[in-house]
Amino acid sequence: MDKNINIKVRVWRQAGPKAQGHFETYELHDIFQGASFLEMMDILNEKLIAEHKDPIAFDHDCREGICGMCSLYVNGHPHGPDQEITTCQLHMRRFHDGETITVEPWRSRAFPVIKDLMVDRGAYDKIMQAGGFVSVNTGGVPDANAIPIPKPKADEAMDAASCIGCGACAAACKNGSAMLFVAAKVSQLALLPQGRIEAKQRAKAMVAKMDELGFGNCTNTGACAAECPKSVSLAHIARLNREFIGAKFSD
Amino acid sequence: MWLTNSSIGRKLVMSITGTCLVLFLLFHASMNLTLIFSEDAYNWICSVLGANWYALIGTAGLALLVLLHFVFAFILTFQNRRARGDDRYAINDRQKGVDWESQNMLVLGIIILGFLVLHLANFWFKMQFQEMTGLKTGAFDPQNGAAYVKYLFTGIYDPAQVVNDGMLNMPDWAHPLYCCLYLVWLAAIWFHLTHGVWSAMQTMGLSSNTWLPRIKVIGNVISTIVVLMFAAVIVYFLGMYIGVKLA
Repeated sequence: MDKNINIKVRVWRQAGPKAQGHFETYELHDIFQGASFLEMMDILNEKLIAEHKDPIAFDHDCREGICGMCSLYVNGHPHGPDQEITTCQLHMRRFHDGETITVEPWRSRAFPVIKDLMVDRGAYDKIMQAGGFVSVNTGGVPDANAIPIPKPKADEAMDAASCIGCGACAAACKNGSAMLFVAAKVSQLALLPQGRIEAKQRAKAMVAKMDELGFGNCTNTGACAAECPKSVSLAHIARLNREFIGAKFSD
Repeated sequence: MWLTNSSIGRKLVMSITGTCLVLFLLFHASMNLTLIFSEDAYNWICSVLGANWYALIGTAGLALLVLLHFVFAFILTFQNRRARGDDRYAINDRQKGVDWESQNMLVLGIIILGFLVLHLANFWFKMQFQEMTGLKTGAFDPQNGAAYVKYLFTGIYDPAQVVNDGMLNMPDWAHPLYCCLYLVWLAAIWFHLTHGVWSAMQTMGLSSNTWLPRIKVIGNVISTIVVLMFAAVIVYFLGMYIGVKLA
């Protein structure tokens, strides 16, 4: 049964992008285990505001695991110790009475800290702008069933498309590599006939942008897929490699 | 050049050089294995390879592969550490399903390189180098590799086969020590290959949801075969050394 617990929260505080960060520990009493992790953060912030202190900045939006906005590196894991969930889906019953919970921002050169636990994940948007799209002429809407697509391919493309771009992959990777994200975004289009037309250009442009933004080189440790809240598979990285190498050889 | 400028290109260089080195290890290990069955067969291989022009070209090619593999490993690791950023995580828990060796390939590689230097001093310097230059760096004729290997690992030798007495200078305890050092080396190679082989295939794009578990098994099988073939010869000589001491 869920009960009330007393916890200590060790949070990374950083005033701004250039400021020197440090950890600060806060004590919280009677936190209901049925509360979500972000509700616990809200309670902490209300307490800080009541004490006329600066509340902790952290990203959140939909709070139902579909927007990819929440982040937080909780006790050594992006999105906390549970598998296949985002931080907003993490609940306090995962923690026990008297525990010290360490909360850090994503740490990656390409995701600079804006304030406290909030990082700039605009790098992922820039990769998408480089090639994560299909060009279509406007006009009459084509019939949805005009192009036959095998079910297994449609399913795999859908699995890749489940990526919410939260950045947990690059945050978990010891190399700060964004390969799982880029692989998912290349795969979701490369698997479908509509995406094949620009496939070569897309793979080259997105990988070039990823490298340019300072993400690391993938060494296939698999930490990304293990931490991915949407369980995007490592197999997509192999597809990205295939697409990219194939595109380069056909030049 | 995309092989050096792009992250996937650099990884492709790592995977191709690594795969070539694994193929060389399979070749090397098969040759070593003949020692257990026939010294004559091993010496025949020594004479076929020796310092012939094709063996020298092969050696130069291997040196280039090792060099490329290491230079790229250092470049990649340096870039990856920089990509991680200056602020490290205070708490970093390894995920379930992430192997230790996959996160320590450079460390394993450096250990393997260190032993490789010892290995080249032990064998290449006393065999191919001796044959190439004519300098008397070894106690035995370079074509008589079997006698030298046996001496190095067990200290047993036939005085009639010695061509240079001055080089029979190893203390008795050094022989089993070399056996153990080589076994440690093989352990490091095993860890390196269990990640390296499947990772190379993944980098070349030879993977899918169906094949990902399979290439991991293939990697484990290949690395185990390579290491067992090498280890069999070492264990054979270690057993011979212990047998002589007990007798």
